Amino acid sequence: MSEPILEVRALMKSYATVTAVDGVSFTVNGGMCFGLLGPNGAGKTTTIEIMEGILSATSGEVRYRGEPLGRRSREDSGILFQKTALQDFLTVRQSLTLFRHLYARGHSVDALIQLCALEKLQNRDTRKLSGGQQQRLLLAIALANDPAVLFLDEPTTGLDPQARRNFWELVQSIKASRKTIILTTHYMEEAELLCDEIAIMDRGRIIAQGGPRQLLREHFAEVLLELPKQEFPASARALPLRLFEAGDRIEITTDDLDGTLRTLMDAHVPLTNLRIRPPNLEDLFLELTGKELRA
Amino acid sequence: MMNRLLAVWHARNLEFVRDRGTLLFTLVVPIALVVGMSIVFGGPERPLFKVGVLSTRVAQESHPFLHERYVDFVPVTDRADAIRKVGRHQLDLLLDPKDGAHYWVNTDSPKGYIVEKLLLSADHGAVREPVTGTAVRYVDWLFPGVLGMNMMFSCLFGVGYVVLRYRKSGFLKRLHATPLTPFEFLSAQVLSRLSLVMVVTLILYCGVAPIIHFHTAGSLLLLFLIAVMGALSLIALGLTIAARFSSDELVGGVLNLMTWPMMLLSGIWYSLEGSPHWVRLLAQIFPLTHILNAARAVAIDGAGIYQVAPDLAYLGLTALAFLVIGAWSFRWRLD
Repeated sequence: MSEPILEVRALMKSYATVTAVDGVSFTVNGGMCFGLLGPNGAGKTTTIEIMEGILSATSGEVRYRGEPLGRRSREDSGILFQKTALQDFLTVRQSLTLFRHLYARGHSVDALIQLCALEKLQNRDTRKLSGGQQQRLLLAIALANDPAVLFLDEPTTGLDPQARRNFWELVQSIKASRKTIILTTHYMEEAELLCDEIAIMDRGRIIAQGGPRQLLREHFAEVLLELPKQEFPASARALPLRLFEAGDRIEITTDDLDGTLRTLMDAHVPLTNLRIRPPNLEDLFLELTGKELRA
Repeated sequence: MMNRLLAVWHARNLEFVRDRGTLLFTLVVPIALVVGMSIVFGGPERPLFKVGVLSTRVAQESHPFLHERYVDFVPVTDRADAIRKVGRHQLDLLLDPKDGAHYWVNTDSPKGYIVEKLLLSADHGAVREPVTGTAVRYVDWLFPGVLGMNMMFSCLFGVGYVVLRYRKSGFLKRLHATPLTPFEFLSAQVLSRLSLVMVVTLILYCGVAPIIHFHTAGSLLLLFLIAVMGALSLIALGLTIAARFSSDELVGGVLNLMTWPMMLLSGIWYSLEGSPHWVRLLAQIFPLTHILNAARAVAIDGAGIYQVAPDLAYLGLTALAFLVIGAWSFRWRLD
């Protein structure tokens, strides 16, 4: 990884009754994909919007290439907001042309169309695009100025699995061109696939930060057992195991699989629907906060 | 079903009551309308005849004709302008009440004929100065007013609601993420709406003028310039209103508050001549008053650019001022 491109220092954003971001600090190196993870209301969007220069911080600062945010950072940034409406009655090509003309330099409209696989949609009214097609167009708009830093705020929320995977492929191709990407998401699969480093946020604070695998290694034993909650006897909850309730499941983490299985069998816990898998970032969030990420 | 209906009704009421700005304007606009209309249309019964008197203190003049009832005696100081108005039937008669009273009357005016009889019954010795000229048809006077009104609505409501919609949909927020400045955005809106308004006004003019036999005494190019300057001023006013607000109802309220006084006081439907001095003074604030004054001066009286220069300057200055205020107070995103 190269030099720091974005530095976030003691960032705080307070509203009348709520502190949305509470003293957040981190550094993003050039060419990496940095993920901000957390449930709704964790402060991810507020943090990323301050980094984009769209929102002002109550205190703290964000520096771009060592300088305070300003015209340079704006010229170098591409942004995909969580919710964006485009001008009515324009086609895909016309919308791209509009945004391309707002920047002094960048990709040609044809290149953007090709980059985001919009060839067949270029003459379609933007109001008639599906969710996935709309996100591809918004990604193309974010790339109009060939940005050094690309901000993606929950880019796949609401997309069907197929559209989500298509979008991930696009982001991976952009990542391959060494652009810096800042991504907020509450999809752990997305973060694991795309991010080089993640910061997990809850209630405006970063509660864990590092590479996805590093974080899992630090916080978890090797395996995770899942059992249906309704099949789990109440008496077995007192067993000397690391148990968590996760929706309709009971999760058990352990580094002694044989011993744990013996304990469960001795307690007459039905193991017919037992599932054993390696832990993921969702489990990490549950471990750190005691609650589910998408609760 | 009733429970759901009542729940929605209650929530909407709460929303409305808590939106203080909208609530205020909802109350203020009808009150302002009633007050405005009572001022304009109220007062004593209107007199039958309008006579210009070359004097600044008509009440102190002793000429016997000035005691006649049902005649509106309007003080005038500019003799040439008043004679021109007699020629155009805008005044029924002009009287110089000094020793050896003189009067000017249009020999083709029916009202002038009757009011002359009244004058001569009060003063046999008044000296007659005949004036000729064709009456200004009401439609000739009204047509610029209707065009101006159409421009006003298109400029204020068109621009105001479009910017508001952009803000509410998040489109402005997306633009904010680009190097686009508020001044650039607002200027683009001004130019876009200006093109639209001018095309529509030209179509209206070209379509209607031949039908109603409307002739422009002055330069058509100057008339076009007045329309451009007027539209610029009104569009910039619309943008200033939409620069900050996020509520449809609030913006609608403020736009109504702007348009109704202009509808009543800018002289779209009738001349403000004879209205209280302060009403005429207030009317001078509105861009539409200057648009109509200048347009009528060119279209009816054949005025040149020097005569309408003050109106053009006012429109240009207000356009610039509104645009600067709009850019300064502009907000890209919702609260």
